[in-house]
Amino acid sequence: MTAVFADPDEAVADIPDGATVLIGGFGPAGQPIELIDALRRHGARELTVVNNNAGNGDTGLAALLATGNVRKIICSFPRQTDSWVFDDLYRSGKIELELVPQGNLAERMRAAGAGIGAFFCPTGVGTPLTEGKEQRTIDGREYVLEYPIKGDVALIKAHRSDEVGNLVYRKTARNFGPVMATAATTTVAQVTEVVPAGELDPEAVVTPGIYVDRVVTA
Amino acid sequence: MTTEHLDRGPLDRRELAAVVAADIPTGAYVNLGIGLPTTVADHLPVGSGVTLHTENGMLGMGRAAEGDEVDWDLVNAGKIPVTETPGASYFHHADSFAMMRGGHLDVCVLGAFQVSVGGDLANWHTGEPDAIPAVGGAMDLAIGAKSVFVMMTLFAKDGSAKLVEKCSYPLTGVGCVDRVYTDHATFLITPEGVLVRETFGLSFEELAERVPVPLRLAPARGRR
Repeated sequence: MTAVFADPDEAVADIPDGATVLIGGFGPAGQPIELIDALRRHGARELTVVNNNAGNGDTGLAALLATGNVRKIICSFPRQTDSWVFDDLYRSGKIELELVPQGNLAERMRAAGAGIGAFFCPTGVGTPLTEGKEQRTIDGREYVLEYPIKGDVALIKAHRSDEVGNLVYRKTARNFGPVMATAATTTVAQVTEVVPAGELDPEAVVTPGIYVDRVVTA
Repeated sequence: MTTEHLDRGPLDRRELAAVVAADIPTGAYVNLGIGLPTTVADHLPVGSGVTLHTENGMLGMGRAAEGDEVDWDLVNAGKIPVTETPGASYFHHADSFAMMRGGHLDVCVLGAFQVSVGGDLANWHTGEPDAIPAVGGAMDLAIGAKSVFVMMTLFAKDGSAKLVEKCSYPLTGVGCVDRVYTDHATFLITPEGVLVRETFGLSFEELAERVPVPLRLAPARGRR
């Protein structure tokens, strides 16, 4: 059952130290800034964060990293022109990086949400990113074994929600949201508006409410 | 057929983009990489029926957004605001990479540090110890699209050729590149070896002298 929260701080108040937190967004598009700010204020420590990037500028995910409360980041593209917060932490050895090809990042979370134990994937065969991974030839093609990425919490941004947690997104801000929603024990979605059940077209719902535990307007 | 364009110099960036664009099949689903490959879109003819895919979750991507069109929920893989075309669709990341990995995309155009004669691609990491690695969707694209076109300058700043026997930079994908478009020549990577389809501003012999890998003339050579 989905709970509607009035305040982002309340929606993240029980995230424990050491949690793995899936954070939606592709750069700024779809980044749940208000939930990230709430997590930063909450102050949980020793976090593992999963995001496509590693923060932009000094706000949102970058501000969370700057607190030193993120022990490890799992992402595909940390280095950007405005990723100076991450760059400094990485160069001084204060954050661990697991670099994952973008499609594997998505598929590993999809697998977690779909109850798949592991899967053979052709991406990265013969590259440094798959060194040491189990490899198998299937139908004449090489694949490596990839394991799911499961979150304790997902913080995502959607466009609108109804009271039962059905979500619709906006344009390319959808990105990792629907996949992360399935892959975490507790999924928190920030939305621009929560409407009564029945107001979203069931045919247009992208993330069904079964995957969404908390919604908060921000 | 190898065509030698001797009455001109090497291609500039615009001309190179136009050469690549002319080879995109009508009606194809295409992903253009960040940077130089993005400019291929400017040269697709009206009515080409080409649908652009951006791996952050959209088919039917339009040109860069201007003025009031800028919407930060609508960006391309380089996080630049873009527009949507009629018939566009949005989807989440797992679907976006499934359509790539699943062999549904016809062509992707990528930049490169190096390409080997066997079609190995190196384009994500220089391997320098202090460099922060970032891969994004490069590895997924390299092995996913039906045809992988590389677009790059043929020579590095130190004058060495970027078409090599074996890549010295860390690999993005093994045996995945089909064609290499450069300012000096267009190369076809085939099981029979590297065929030179066109040269720009130098002859096949001059090219072969500067690129220290086995090159072959495409059958029936022409000159103009």
